[in-house]
Amino acid sequence: MTVSEVLDTGNREDEIQIYDLHKSFGDLEVLTGITTTIHRGEVVCVIGPSGSGKSTLLRCVNLLEQPTKGRIFILNEEITDPDADVDRLRTQMGMVFQSFNLFPHLTALQNCSIALVRVLKKDPEEARRIAQENLEKVGLGDRGHSYPAQMSGGQQQRVAIARALSMDPEMMLFDEPTSALDPELVGDVLSVMRDLADGGMTMMVVTHEMAFAREVADRVLFMDGGVIVEEGPPEEVIGNPKEERTRAFLSRVLDPTHVHAGEEDAQHASRHPGEAAPPPIPGSHHGSRLFG
Amino acid sequence: MSAISSTTTAPPRKKLSPRKRAQRIRIVQYAVLVLAVVLAALTIDGRQLQQVFFRPDLVVQTLGPELGTAFLNTIIYTAGAFILGLVLGTVLALMKLSQVGPYRWLATIYTEFFRGIPAIIVLLAFSLMGVAFPGFSFPFDPYGTVWVALGMVSAAYMSETIRAGIQAVPKGQIEAARSLGMSPGMSMQRIVLPQAFRIVTPPLTNELVLLTKDSSLVYVLGLFASGYELTKFGRNLANSFANITPLVVAGLCYLVITLPLTYLVRRMEAKQRKATR
Repeated sequence: MTVSEVLDTGNREDEIQIYDLHKSFGDLEVLTGITTTIHRGEVVCVIGPSGSGKSTLLRCVNLLEQPTKGRIFILNEEITDPDADVDRLRTQMGMVFQSFNLFPHLTALQNCSIALVRVLKKDPEEARRIAQENLEKVGLGDRGHSYPAQMSGGQQQRVAIARALSMDPEMMLFDEPTSALDPELVGDVLSVMRDLADGGMTMMVVTHEMAFAREVADRVLFMDGGVIVEEGPPEEVIGNPKEERTRAFLSRVLDPTHVHAGEEDAQHASRHPGEAAPPPIPGSHHGSRLFG
Repeated sequence: MSAISSTTTAPPRKKLSPRKRAQRIRIVQYAVLVLAVVLAALTIDGRQLQQVFFRPDLVVQTLGPELGTAFLNTIIYTAGAFILGLVLGTVLALMKLSQVGPYRWLATIYTEFFRGIPAIIVLLAFSLMGVAFPGFSFPFDPYGTVWVALGMVSAAYMSETIRAGIQAVPKGQIEAARSLGMSPGMSMQRIVLPQAFRIVTPPLTNELVLLTKDSSLVYVLGLFASGYELTKFGRNLANSFANITPLVVAGLCYLVITLPLTYLVRRMEAKQRKATR
């Protein structure tokens, strides 16, 4: 892809455009050239092994991480431009974190309304109304006066989604939203996300939930070693992967008991050259679980 | 021969079980305590003790409106210094976390300087400001002088506590705030600082207790009677009575202030432990 081709940013339907994105932490290169575009109303799930850079990619999109190289456009405005009004662009992107990051000193309602009042300068009464509406949308209309510590993980994550939605964003970014939840609480959060997707929200979701990705995503990005290895509709990338690395990852995720000893370590070593992987246990066919 | 065989065949000396051992140690502790109490009761002459430290007639003379004034002054000196120390300490804590190097250095130099010298010297130095800069005087003198001097010393201690509190707020909190479009300053003010102060309320209350006692250093200043705090008041009376009883009464007055505070700290700490568990 040539630059003139990809920098055609006049398309109103392009919500996130990423061009040749690089990110290193010191000597460790986490992203080595990511280029992709996410369109209005599209749900994109990013999958891949841990350490593949998928969370970093998401965090670069709203500039929680400063890219080392490359350009990112949000709604056709360059967020990587040093003169960009990053705070204003961030109000257009709701972000949901793995660890919820609710404000513990504020109630659920206040969590949802504080940025409406302080950033968007809304009238406190109106902010409250919007916050209440969004809490109801995630099924927590009656918990507005609870503090985060009084809620379960699943409820906290739904408040976090309501908090992001209260800003009336153009798009939503999800960073492994269910990874910190007890298994029985995952369903509520996923169903809220499914409703959002059905409502036409543009979504970029880093996730390990293959069933969710397969069902809800319009497009799946498989990342490994800081690049997009394979992308396409979920039935292709998850159902019938072309790349060997995708196949290996999926077989491990979908059927984790059938891993041969040492395989994960070898994969790890190939992704992180220079780091020593623990030696496989000789003669053991199930040793890899020990190193998980 | 038989002696040898008896030592080799005798069962090894029975070791006490851990529970038995703990029980014996407890018994010994109680015995020592009882002994100490009995000894004290036998040797201490209660009347003599009372004559020196707590003469009832002098206690009655000490209790009066002047004691009330002194009590109030102790609170005024302490509260003013605490508020000033809190504000200045917060500024210093933010300076220590600044991206700008010189701010960090200045804050560190300040902290090390004022933590390293006795508060009484700072107090004396500030009391001479009017001489050093002719025409200059702190507002609300002598209160202003004490507030500034003790406030600057306590700010040095508090800044370290507050900095630790700010750093104890998880990084995800700032990220969440920024992702909602808040500026760095607003994130600090609305999200981080409220949580940081909640974390450091117990240690800051301890600082308030220390400051209450440090306000006694005011006695080194030449003051009018209206400015006396508990220690100065107690000393003056003790001198005129040639008996320490008024100072003991003053000491008890400090307890009236500090005991509720330390109780409060314990309550808050217990509550925090419960919340974080």
